[in-house]
Amino acid sequence: MSGHSSYVPKSGIERWLDARLPIVRLMHDSAVSYPTPRNLNYFWTFGGILTFMLVAQIVTGIILAMHYTPQSTLAFNSVEHIMRDVNYGWLMRYLHANGASMFFVAVYVHIFRGLYYGSYKAPREVLWILGVVIFLLMMATAFMGYVLPWGQMSFWGATVITNLFSALPVIGETIVTFLWGGYSVDNPTLNRFFSLHYLLPFMIFGVVILHIWALHVVGQNNPTGVEVKNVAKDTVPFTPYATIKDVFAMVVFTIVFSWFVFYQPNFMGHADNYIPANPAVTPSHIVPEWYFLPFYAILRAIPDKLGGVVAMGSAIVVLAFLPWIDTSKVRSMSYRPIARQLFWAFVAVCIGLGYLGAMPAEGGYVTASQIFTVLYFGFFVALFIIGLFERPQALPNSIADSVLDTLKGGSGARLATATASEPNAKG
Amino acid sequence: MTTTSFRLALAGLAAGLTLSLTVPSALAAEGRVEPPAQSWSFYGAFGKFDRAQLQRGYKVYKEVCSNCHSATLVRFRNLAQPGGPEFSRSQVTALAATFQVKDGPNEQGEMFDRPGRAADAFPSPFPNEQAARAANGGAYPLDFSVLAKARTYERGFPRFIFDIFTQYQEQGPDYIHALLTGYKDAPQGFPPLLPGQNYNEYMPGHLIAMPKPISDGQVEYPKGADGKSPVPETVDQYAKDIATFMVWMAEPHLEERKRIGLFWISLMVILAGLLYYTKKKVWARMPDGSPLH
Repeated sequence: MSGHSSYVPKSGIERWLDARLPIVRLMHDSAVSYPTPRNLNYFWTFGGILTFMLVAQIVTGIILAMHYTPQSTLAFNSVEHIMRDVNYGWLMRYLHANGASMFFVAVYVHIFRGLYYGSYKAPREVLWILGVVIFLLMMATAFMGYVLPWGQMSFWGATVITNLFSALPVIGETIVTFLWGGYSVDNPTLNRFFSLHYLLPFMIFGVVILHIWALHVVGQNNPTGVEVKNVAKDTVPFTPYATIKDVFAMVVFTIVFSWFVFYQPNFMGHADNYIPANPAVTPSHIVPEWYFLPFYAILRAIPDKLGGVVAMGSAIVVLAFLPWIDTSKVRSMSYRPIARQLFWAFVAVCIGLGYLGAMPAEGGYVTASQIFTVLYFGFFVALFIIGLFERPQALPNSIADSVLDTLKGGSGARLATATASEPNAKG
Repeated sequence: MTTTSFRLALAGLAAGLTLSLTVPSALAAEGRVEPPAQSWSFYGAFGKFDRAQLQRGYKVYKEVCSNCHSATLVRFRNLAQPGGPEFSRSQVTALAATFQVKDGPNEQGEMFDRPGRAADAFPSPFPNEQAARAANGGAYPLDFSVLAKARTYERGFPRFIFDIFTQYQEQGPDYIHALLTGYKDAPQGFPPLLPGQNYNEYMPGHLIAMPKPISDGQVEYPKGADGKSPVPETVDQYAKDIATFMVWMAEPHLEERKRIGLFWISLMVILAGLLYYTKKKVWARMPDGSPLH
């Protein structure tokens, strides 16, 4: 996709700069003339939404850090000081706390989109793995951020999660002591978590740049999974086409985000986190934030501590191996009748695990978590196997063909299946 | 998505639903009774506090609750802030002065008491947690500052999804109201109460250290033109008023938040509409003028 540059410097100063640092050319090539498949649906707007959310989190976070005190006896009240006395502090904090949740909403849509349309397949393996790295960094950042208000759930969440490392043989205990900066979660833990919570978003930012770079080398996937063959027929320039669509989607996303910030600001949180941290009192149910629940359910499903940690870790790491797990030659599940159903079953399993993660680890919930954990990993095994024998439906010859066929209302069996699977050509 | 995969997704949902049906029984086993929902003036997108109610709530807090409960994050000046009880500044100065506040050290190096000022935090009834426990049979009367946000009850599936749309988030005040009106004799068969234990229908586990804190007629409300209080002086009304006051203490910018939210979201909806049509126009044709889709 990265072909010849169409940037033409218009003024003398632009020509002068272009000969010395072609930064305007870089921007032009990657955000204006960059060819984007003409058949992308709205699931493709979440990359832009995620970039927007990352910037929003960094901006609100920097402002919050100006007023926050990372000290175990002062942290809780300093957050309340932000809520009460800092001008629009309540807005900054609610934007930041709900922003984390919305960030994960967007990233899960983005990941499932990649999964459905086979965006991890060659030549996009590095792009996909960078995405998994971003996801891991996001989880670490969100976890440490949730510790900062130093409420009951902050403290006990930190205790439970850091304790997981003690399951590792030989070095486990040492790692935990190192994470805590002592022999229990205390002020040194809060200090280092604050420091890392400020650092990691910038690391995410760096990996996002690599992610976008890799994207611009291999080009975007599209709902048909068929590569661009003719730039003039199959693609439209990023600006104005993708820009206006991304901005529209961002504003719609902002409406949902704002609904929570202004009307339901504590919906995603836990009431217990408005109780100051107390090492002497354990909350009746220690529950992580909703976006960790599926992984938390997998952790608790395994009766053995080390086994649970390994299962939870594998549940995330397995995603990085998807390009080699999926054996099918066809990218988009729109043309894969069995994989498509498997995909929706996987979505249901993830939601089910999320539900089970919020429930107490007892009785039928544990058994259900175990079944769903097997189903979770079963998806990847099944994806490997069915790719070997599944007979995909016929692919369109090109992106332009698929769009034009839809335009004509579908005039053959091949076209009917292509249009029935997903509203590919919409938007 | 095809019909088959849609059916699969539905089956997944149904499985989740059946699973969730087991939740209420689990709660009942823990001794939890769901607090009945009350009608609150601050509920919903257009919600606002009732000034008179907040002022009554402050009176209940001052005369009853503050004998044991602190609210260290609230300052007297907050009482005059827009969106709160909105006492006048002179009222706030006068009512702060009715408290004695420890200050110092002075130039002689000694601590001294002085009348409270608007900038002072609500003084605590006890100097420290140990003193509070000693005076209350070992139990610690909780700080009220954010308590209304720290109390909730499980909504369960599917109600927590509906709550997103109905904006129901008043679990805290509903629970506080239920707790204050929930003092009863223990039912037959309930294990005998030990000294310092009281039975409350809505306390998880039913055992609460706080004795029934308030009775009908205990707090005198301001009289209307007819010489009578416009609201009944009952436990039910006191409970509603103090719960409202506690919500305000926990969320003093609630009104401003909802007001800005309405304006901002309306703006975004209009912007989204304009962008939608701009997008449609842009996406009508390819750069070469041929139809795009």
